[in-house]
Amino acid sequence: MSHNPVLKYQSQAVAKPYFIAAIGLFIGQIVFGLVMGAQYIWGDFLFPAIPFNVARMVHTNLLIVWLLFAFMGSAYYLVPEEAETELYSPKLALIMFWVFLAAGAATVLGYLLVPYAKLAELTGNNLLMTMGREFLEQPLPTKVGIVIVALVMLFNISMTYLKGRKTTITTVLLLGLWGLALLFLFAFVNPHNLVRDKMYWWWVVHLWVEGVWELIMAALLAYVLIKTTGVDREVVDKWIYVIIAFALFTGILGTAHHYYFIGLPGYWHLVGNIFSSLEPIPFFLMTMFAFRMVQRRRRDHANQAAVLWAVGCAVMGFLGAGVWGFLHTLSFVNYYTHGTQITASHGHLAFYGAYVLVVIALISYAMPTLRGRIANSLRAQSLEMWSFWVMSIGMGVMVLALTGAGTVQVWLQRLPTTGAQGYMAVQDQLTFFYGLRLAAGFVFLAGLVMYVWSFFVGGEPAEEPLGTRRGGLMPSPAQRRLQHD
Amino acid sequence: MSTQATSGFTKEMARNIFYGGSLFFILVFLGLVFDSEQRIPERSNQPAVTEAVVRGKAVWEQNNCIGCHTLLGEGAYFAPELGNVYQRRGGDAGGAAFIKAWIKAQPTGAPGRRQMPQFNLSEQQLDDLVEFLKWSNGINTEKWPPNIEG
Repeated sequence: MSHNPVLKYQSQAVAKPYFIAAIGLFIGQIVFGLVMGAQYIWGDFLFPAIPFNVARMVHTNLLIVWLLFAFMGSAYYLVPEEAETELYSPKLALIMFWVFLAAGAATVLGYLLVPYAKLAELTGNNLLMTMGREFLEQPLPTKVGIVIVALVMLFNISMTYLKGRKTTITTVLLLGLWGLALLFLFAFVNPHNLVRDKMYWWWVVHLWVEGVWELIMAALLAYVLIKTTGVDREVVDKWIYVIIAFALFTGILGTAHHYYFIGLPGYWHLVGNIFSSLEPIPFFLMTMFAFRMVQRRRRDHANQAAVLWAVGCAVMGFLGAGVWGFLHTLSFVNYYTHGTQITASHGHLAFYGAYVLVVIALISYAMPTLRGRIANSLRAQSLEMWSFWVMSIGMGVMVLALTGAGTVQVWLQRLPTTGAQGYMAVQDQLTFFYGLRLAAGFVFLAGLVMYVWSFFVGGEPAEEPLGTRRGGLMPSPAQRRLQHD
Repeated sequence: MSTQATSGFTKEMARNIFYGGSLFFILVFLGLVFDSEQRIPERSNQPAVTEAVVRGKAVWEQNNCIGCHTLLGEGAYFAPELGNVYQRRGGDAGGAAFIKAWIKAQPTGAPGRRQMPQFNLSEQQLDDLVEFLKWSNGINTEKWPPNIEG
């Protein structure tokens, strides 16, 4: 690898293939999302070649895998810089990249080419039955592969951390990544009793996205904001600890909102009503944090696209995880909305707002440096920023459409005490919402294409305006002080 | 923006609250889960979890039923809830026969309609799956779903 003058530590370069793979799999995820969107309208679309359950498995598994690629790439990128030392072993990181990519590709091909029951038989599901549970559909060898890749990554990152400077950002990131790996071990727990199975299944699913992933999110967001605003680390560190404290205080017992109707005792209703309704707090704090940092910035970084993704993440994450989560988190509301399109609407906006946007913010900041410049050209950044708006509007309309569909579902199928309509009878009346959702899905795809296109837009790298302010941005108090001095 | 300027609430305090508080909430959570463990057998009629029910759960999983259906409200939202399908389709009076006949008749091939694949289940697998769904129907779900339509 040739010398990169922009990177402080040359081993940060191993992040690049991780980011490229992440974006590639992201495209695949959206394509399969569109297939399902079409199947909601034309039920037999692509049947029997790609049945809905296969498309869904590919859609959700690709999301998880590409986010994991992005998390790992982010760790390899920022930990050396924060620790002020080269990565413990760049070679190991590169080997794990290919192992993970091969495992991911083989798994998706298995889903698409082999009937699921046959895949289970071929991959030794009889040895240890872990397959066929939502989001944990991966065959046993893939699950083992995920554990190996995660542990090797953690070893590599932890060794780097231990030999260098320990910052709050890396400490919190490592806590989050260790939590992610350890909680995934519950993917191997599958008791015969369905109630037990479900109870521990949520330890992976909920304690990931409403627990340890929030630590990763806070760390990545803080890193991008420190780099782009130049705000004092001491202030940022305090924010991070307050945010993640609220995340875990509300998120751990917030698991209760999944325990309402799956056979567990009724006291989970009380616990869920209290703690899960507080879960928007950490997301709201992240929004406040992002705006405050930008307001108190000491510089206008040349990469303004990265700032937009970071602030956008803080806002959309609050809307998706916070507001749309609160919408149906109370047990007496959830009694009617549980398992309807309301759940789907929340899932989409929360994943997009919190996790998709935070990793794109990090990629947006890191990728130009990995390509040997501080920031992309203004033209490239402009296209990138437009892609944020197009994707976000597409997602917003999709979420509103699903919320509408879910509301009608509740109204016709769940609320009536007598004469409630059957599932399919109601679905037939939702075509308008499903049509809107599919159209919005294509808008999202257009935004994604613009995003990918922005990587190929050339031009002179943008430079940081020194001493003057950029058009359209208010000077921050810190900058005004500088001008007076 | 030195440390003095942020007097009162410091980073170290925030960090300690995070670690201490998280540990506390983890312990409370584990305590509640431990208590739930003790109650699951009674709430889910554990003695009724026969060999057939266990095999039926495996059939459920190995054909990725959750990829379209919900079970106790969890799964995909493309096809009907199955936690109470046994009761919805006739209960002891005919639920088993209906479910088996339904699965065997798929796909319907009706143009434009959602299609369920043909899974080629054996008679034994069908019986086991029915046993699993029948047992699931008896779980104490705090009166969810609100009505028989699921």
